[in-house]
Amino acid sequence: MKEERDVLEKTVASDYKYGFVTEIDTDVVAKGLSEETIRHISTKKNEPEWMLDWRLKAYNHWLKMEEPKWPNVHYPTINYQDIIYYAAPKKKQTINGLDEVDPELLKTFEKLGISINEQKRLTGVAVDVVMDSVSVATSFKKQLAEVGIIFCSMSEAIQNHPELVKKHLGSVVPMTDNYFAALNSAVFTDGSFCYIPKGVRCPMELSTYFRINTENSGQFERTLIVAEDESYVSYLEGCTAPRRDENQLHAAVVELVAMRKAEIKYSTVQNWYPGDDQGRGGIYNFVTKRGICSGEYSKISWSQVETGSAITWKYPSVILKGDNSIGEFYSVALTNHFQQADTGTKMIHIGKNTRSRIVSKGISAGKSQNSYRGLVRAGKNALNARNYSQCDSLLLGDKCGAHTFPYIESKNNTAVIEHEATTSKIGEDQLFYCRQRGIDTEAAVALIVTGFAKEVMNQLPMEFAVEAQKLLAISLEGSVG
Amino acid sequence: MDQIKLQYFGEKFNELQSSNPDAFLSRLRKEGFSNFSDKGLPTHKNEEWKYSGASVSNLFHKEYKLTEDKNQLPVMKDDIDEMRLPGFENANELVFVNGKFVVELSAIRSSSEQIVIMPLEEAENGDYKEIVKEHLGKSNLFINDGIHALNTSFIYGGVFIYVNKKQEVTNPVYLYHILDAGDNHILSQPRSLVFIDERSKLQIVESYKTIGSMDSFTNEVFEIVVNKDAILEYYKIQNDKTTASQVATTHVRQIGKSFAHTLVISLNGGTIRNNTNIIMEAAGNEAHMYGLYLLKGKSHVDNHTLVDNKMPNCFSNELYKGVIDGSATGVFSGKIFVRPDAQKTNAYQSNNNILLSDNASVNSKPQLEIYADDVKCSHGCTVGRLDEEALFYLRARGISKEHAQAMLLQAFASNIVEQIKIEPLREYAEELITERLSEVNTEE
Repeated sequence: MKEERDVLEKTVASDYKYGFVTEIDTDVVAKGLSEETIRHISTKKNEPEWMLDWRLKAYNHWLKMEEPKWPNVHYPTINYQDIIYYAAPKKKQTINGLDEVDPELLKTFEKLGISINEQKRLTGVAVDVVMDSVSVATSFKKQLAEVGIIFCSMSEAIQNHPELVKKHLGSVVPMTDNYFAALNSAVFTDGSFCYIPKGVRCPMELSTYFRINTENSGQFERTLIVAEDESYVSYLEGCTAPRRDENQLHAAVVELVAMRKAEIKYSTVQNWYPGDDQGRGGIYNFVTKRGICSGEYSKISWSQVETGSAITWKYPSVILKGDNSIGEFYSVALTNHFQQADTGTKMIHIGKNTRSRIVSKGISAGKSQNSYRGLVRAGKNALNARNYSQCDSLLLGDKCGAHTFPYIESKNNTAVIEHEATTSKIGEDQLFYCRQRGIDTEAAVALIVTGFAKEVMNQLPMEFAVEAQKLLAISLEGSVG
Repeated sequence: MDQIKLQYFGEKFNELQSSNPDAFLSRLRKEGFSNFSDKGLPTHKNEEWKYSGASVSNLFHKEYKLTEDKNQLPVMKDDIDEMRLPGFENANELVFVNGKFVVELSAIRSSSEQIVIMPLEEAENGDYKEIVKEHLGKSNLFINDGIHALNTSFIYGGVFIYVNKKQEVTNPVYLYHILDAGDNHILSQPRSLVFIDERSKLQIVESYKTIGSMDSFTNEVFEIVVNKDAILEYYKIQNDKTTASQVATTHVRQIGKSFAHTLVISLNGGTIRNNTNIIMEAAGNEAHMYGLYLLKGKSHVDNHTLVDNKMPNCFSNELYKGVIDGSATGVFSGKIFVRPDAQKTNAYQSNNNILLSDNASVNSKPQLEIYADDVKCSHGCTVGRLDEEALFYLRARGISKEHAQAMLLQAFASNIVEQIKIEPLREYAEELITERLSEVNTEE
């Protein structure tokens, strides 16, 4: 028992490896939020009039809203006037190729293990890199453009494809949706935009890497992916931030639109700075992610590995509107030290024969709190809707918590919904079995944790699975891997 | 809650306070009333009332009258005879009229060495003063919504039951709640306290009956304390008119290593909310909770359960099943709470629902909140309809569709019903359910 606890304590006492700060000239807008700030951001980004109106409308709505208090997380009140809403690496002219990117920036991303150059050559993943508020580089643009795919930063999209942005922005997550979505709609600075035309299967994985660098800044990015009829795209998202004693706010919005027979696979490896072992600092990750299967036979799949952030609060959801559409959610959420996570999903069945599957694995260590909160709703017309949910929690150490709050609402007697959840610690018998075969306790714990998360890891694209495995290993330190 | 109603409750409250100046009870009532005035009735915005808040606060648009003096007896012996439950010959029958315990109509068959049954006020002033003071009102710490506070504001005329040490009470206690809604919409607020002392056993059964054409609302709080090595069996049968609604709280505290067994069957009624709480205050407790709801028409039944594990080595098992027909709504919300000290907790929770009609709906919220690591907790929840294959199997063997359906539903309900350990009561429940399920007649 004692030995096991020691090993657990050692393994969970790990360090954040992405905590460095890049010394780079940054263009910063003064702290504070007002109509002035929003106008300023809009002007800086050279946005058209309709975009500014949209932002101001969102801002005025946000002013009337109250910060929600229902999640199972605790944090001091956020002072929205003490946040920098726009910070961009300087010297940014229009960049055509990676050669023109600030070498300091390239180094930063190399340090993070996502060498943009290397990725370009070796793995064939198209990357959009977002530093603080703006996108600094997007690779493979040309090759993608050949098949008609638009993959660029949101600011470029607003300039170059206003009709697409106008049509879809806010169509899945309206600006009035919730407190943080409204805030994001008012002040979002950049993000990725991706449009897959009809019948196109995206030839490579698309990826965005988010990095918060500037002190006291908040990151508000907005991602929009539109997949037209019979298209397919796999999209990856990763994020890190420097180590600081203050908390920083990250309030993003991600919208996915899948038309008839389209498929979107969205994978996230979230590794924002989680704060130190005393619970100081770290990112508040308050994100709204939602996809709509608007056409028949469409499919949206969310996979996420959540290891970072002081507080994670997000529910990637799928609205299953088209008949025969499919929604999936695979998640591993690992919390350590004083981290808090309240995460899960919503599956809203509206169309006939819609199916959804939820697999959520929570791992709590240290003094952290890890909650699953999910909603499965079968509407009146969701004939033969089918859902299966499984939520398992693993507790490492006796000071952490694991919670499950599922909501199941069925208004249709042909719908079949199943939910099951378990919570336990690593079994003595499992440990014993490993040790008997000469595997030391530490390696055994690692082995069991990896096995516990495997079902979700298998859903990640290969490039990401490796990174995610590594992350899980780092977050639990020791010889996990 | 509008001003007029608050004023009405305020007047009634003042009347009660001035005519019953008993120090302890009036202090409790006072706390309750100020709490009620602050909070008002729960709405759907209160997370604990998400699915039932609207129904309950809507009911209060009516003008419910609080019960008059208990000495007026509007009820005849015949009314009681009608609602007697099987096995009554052998039971301690306690009659409540509009929420007030009426000694004259009750029949106590156990010896006073085994069990003491008396009005709450009498107990509070007599030998059992200490017990009442220590244990009455503990549920207020767990449920602090307005409707619970409303009950506390009017604690009066309840019953106190004490089971002596080392007594296996063979005569179960039957509580008959009669609501006289002949002239007015009636609000009945029974409040009871039961203390089962060391190494004893008690079986409790509650049932409800509304007389008259007006509406009734029962807002009941039933507190039970189970001491070391004692056994509690608690059954509730809700089979009243559709004009009868209720919020019924059963708050069980296991203060010594003990055994609790609760079962709630809801067959008929308007809006029903059952709060069943089990608080594990000692190590090594064991609790089993069962529920069955067979709903039709516009009934709304919400089973809200809490298992609060405060100490290590406790075991709890929870199984709630529902068959929902017509445009009825079934709600299940269960919470297993494991506190940091409650290591080695084993807790299970399961909720199964069958929807029979197009307009039936179900909302289920099984929750685990766990702050200790060495635990085994799980929950499961299903929503669906009858298995087509099983139906086909029976029909292929010449069994009519209605009959086949009834058979399958009966099988579904049976593992709850068989948990009733009072023989005549189980047979009675089986009959009720068979009768009920054979009525079920759904279109293809």
